[in-house]
Amino acid sequence: MSGFPILSIMLAVPFVAALWCLFAPGSPESRDQNARVTALAATLIDLALGVVLWVNYVPGGPRWQFVENSALFGKFNWALGIDGIAMLLIVLSVFLMPICILASWKSITKRVPLYMATFLLTEIMMLGVFMAQDLYLFYVFFEGGLIPMYMTIGIWGGARRIYASYKFFLYTLLGSVLMLIAMLYMTQHAGTTSIPKLMEYNFASQAQTWLWLCFFASFAVKMPMWPVHTWLPDAHVEAPTAGSVILAGVLLKLAGYGFIRFSLPMFPEASAHWMWLVFALSMIATVYTALVALVQKDMKKLIAYSSVAHMALVTFGLFAFNQQGIEGGFLVMLGHGLVSGALFLCVGVVYDRLHTREIARYGGIADNMPAYATFFLFFTMASVGLPGLSNFPGEFLSMMGTYEQSSWAAFIAVTGIITGAAYMLYLYRRICFGPRKNADAAAMPDLEPREWLTLAPIALAVLWMGVYPESFLKPIRGDVHLLLERLHPTAPASDAALTIPHPNVPNGPAAAAAAGEH
Amino acid sequence: MDYLSSFALSVPEEILSAGAIILMLVAAWAGDKAARTIGYASVALLAAAAISLVGAPSSGALGYSGAYHADAFAAFAKLLIYVTSAVAILIAPSFFETDNEPLRAEFSVLILLAAVGMGMMVSAADLLTLYVGLELNSLASYVLASFLRRDGRSAEAGLKYFVLGALASGILLYGISLLYGFSGGTGFATVAQAFHGTAHGDPAYYGLLFGLVFVLAGLAFKIAAVPFHMWTPDVYEGAPTPVTAFFASAPKVAAMALTTRVAISAMGPATHDWQQIVIFCALASTILGGVAAIGQTNIKRLLAYSSINNVGFILFGLVPGTAEGASSVLFYLTIYVAMTLGSLICVLQMRTRDGLPTEQIASLAGLSRTRPGLAAAFAIFMFSLAGIPPLFGFWGKWEVFSALVAAGFWPLALIGIATSVIGAFYYLKIVKTIYFDEPAVELAPSRSLTEGVLIAIAALFVSPLGYLLIGLISPMTDAAAKSLF
Repeated sequence: MSGFPILSIMLAVPFVAALWCLFAPGSPESRDQNARVTALAATLIDLALGVVLWVNYVPGGPRWQFVENSALFGKFNWALGIDGIAMLLIVLSVFLMPICILASWKSITKRVPLYMATFLLTEIMMLGVFMAQDLYLFYVFFEGGLIPMYMTIGIWGGARRIYASYKFFLYTLLGSVLMLIAMLYMTQHAGTTSIPKLMEYNFASQAQTWLWLCFFASFAVKMPMWPVHTWLPDAHVEAPTAGSVILAGVLLKLAGYGFIRFSLPMFPEASAHWMWLVFALSMIATVYTALVALVQKDMKKLIAYSSVAHMALVTFGLFAFNQQGIEGGFLVMLGHGLVSGALFLCVGVVYDRLHTREIARYGGIADNMPAYATFFLFFTMASVGLPGLSNFPGEFLSMMGTYEQSSWAAFIAVTGIITGAAYMLYLYRRICFGPRKNADAAAMPDLEPREWLTLAPIALAVLWMGVYPESFLKPIRGDVHLLLERLHPTAPASDAALTIPHPNVPNGPAAAAAAGEH
Repeated sequence: MDYLSSFALSVPEEILSAGAIILMLVAAWAGDKAARTIGYASVALLAAAAISLVGAPSSGALGYSGAYHADAFAAFAKLLIYVTSAVAILIAPSFFETDNEPLRAEFSVLILLAAVGMGMMVSAADLLTLYVGLELNSLASYVLASFLRRDGRSAEAGLKYFVLGALASGILLYGISLLYGFSGGTGFATVAQAFHGTAHGDPAYYGLLFGLVFVLAGLAFKIAAVPFHMWTPDVYEGAPTPVTAFFASAPKVAAMALTTRVAISAMGPATHDWQQIVIFCALASTILGGVAAIGQTNIKRLLAYSSINNVGFILFGLVPGTAEGASSVLFYLTIYVAMTLGSLICVLQMRTRDGLPTEQIASLAGLSRTRPGLAAAFAIFMFSLAGIPPLFGFWGKWEVFSALVAAGFWPLALIGIATSVIGAFYYLKIVKTIYFDEPAVELAPSRSLTEGVLIAIAALFVSPLGYLLIGLISPMTDAAAKSLF
């Protein structure tokens, strides 16, 4: 594959398709249909290219693969390249995109060409973030993603879309601009804009402290972490279904990716120094957002708060400074991307029929929508962390890693699993079980083939991740090892003080073997 | 120094002055019928002047006994000035045509004269050259502001501009007299020598400092930096829109380049003294320019506050007083004129069905459905002014803050860039009106091909394609900035 610019092509395909969506001639109806088909085709091509990427990625090969570099911009470069972590996130993005297009097939009726073009631009920006190997190229993609998302929420959103779009844009912008100043400082001190080189550069520890905080300002908002999470429920509630899927499925992963790519390897000392802050915020988020989710009357808001709680598990894991934690945090990112995306699709299915997100308006729909109820239950269980489904391996590893680092943090993190089960099951009971108290809800037809097409692939992926997580751990293992080597000298002492059992002790080898499996 | 070689240095000014005088005579005899022809001739003159910049006028030589500096810095600023002046001339006819006052033939001539003045400003190596150039530009501008003689707002704008401009000139002249008195000369080099040679505690140093403060205050008026910005919204709102486009671009470039040159060449040894003034003006401009714009309902007033906001960011580039900073000022100006001219030409397109111009932001509602192309261009300019990548406006901010951070001012850079979020709010408001709101007034379709082409060029320049030009523009601004030191 060397020499073939597959990453650039993955960015170019949606761009060309977006132009065609906008400028294709024809009557309004034919342009709408043309935009839908074009967008679906483009996202499917990208999905195919994503699969090619996965198949051709060599785990344990060079750290950066599919590298491209050309000095196009005078002061920074068009530098692309991926490691295993970026590769899997790219695959997640291209996997969710065609599903989003399908989910919007009928529910979006006004200004379809613009909608599809906006979505394709969102895809370019997201993929670009994961591919960029130049600091400023990363920033351009990272920030540029705000524009299409702002448009998506603002034009096709719900009743309070204007407020939500402003809040989304300004919150994330304020976080990101501080990161820009930190980037300027970094390039001037390290003399390079290349991310791989910066990942090996040692900044003075005092500088690390404030650089880390600037990056944290951006990623904490994007993640989102308590107390800067408040934009997320608003944005989710008002965004159209597909917008929510992309927001929860991929955009929230940008921050986790940022922690793995920037905060941890570039500022290892500061990461250790501020670990308490990350843990404290994650602990509050776990308890607080779970309680808030319990009392929500709006389905989308409930799932949005559950996202915040899940993201806390990601930050716990990533800042645990050990292999289990980082791998677990990453798996939660992938799993949550699939599951929360699917849950938003489930909400979208009933919203398209009844045009309300109020939980009380539904009830007992398992009778008239059995297939829907099955899918919904499946994804609810995955979200709760049922073993065998996608979130379990990640959550387990993440909590194990957290325990190794701080037993108190792990104690709080585990409560999130219990409360998570509480609010998700409570939601499911109110919607699918119980008496059929609303006639219109009871008359809703079951899934149509198009909706099957959106939910079934995700269900399969969720099952795959739950049964055989090794497929997703293998590509990232080498990168996590390199990251840990970088973090090792500064790793803070653990309070759990685990010791490896001595081989002479009875059961020793068995226990060691059991630990090695994970 | 012999006059012939001095003349060779100021060829652009000579072309423009001679051309302006001849065209003035043509205007006197041929009358307003010839307005368009005179306009095209003026554009040709500006193009000729721009071409003549290659060679002696950018050689770096001092002419006219050290009063005139023909260096790369001046040449780059002049290039921007000539291009933006030409744009202002090109967009004028269609605006005046539909207003019951036809375009008068003197319009283009006045812009040419203003361009001569601005050329003198950016080439000034002496406080008196500076003053003469500034006044030539200002006098032409006062007339341009009140060009719609039957419109009360236009007359008010002209008068306000004149009174406040005269006050600013007075302040500037007072500062110049102080500098002259305490340094013994008006040349920038003499003033710099005096700053350099006087001890910090010396009473004479305080005299020089007073001069510095007054000169900077006078210049702050010209660039409309807070706290000397008050005239801007009224003048921008009242002046005919092509004139507003002119005010927001060319004189801004000239005054900003002039301020940079004075700060670095004449007051370079006192960098620590003027730095605090510039920091205050920069922060105050970005904050006030952002906050005050939020409540505006008139698009031209809003763009006036936007220009104040942008001047704040440009001033951040001046703060370190380094070559990198001066280069960032020029780079930001280059992008800024494209964004601001583009958005003001979009304003020119805002006409109701019966052909009347409208300036209410509310009348932009739903523009994306009635005029998708114009709406997209408008949105591009707004996001670019807000400094959101992947649009090119972001790169201006990048350059400025990069210079700040390089000089060790990173805490200031953090505060400065945080204020840009305030500005982003009102730019978003325009995008919201255009894209999210239901259509209100249907705007008439475009009638001017020139405007369409100019909007397209500006939009392409600030689109992500602009990034490809960094490798081209950056060496030019770097060379220009280096010539100051």
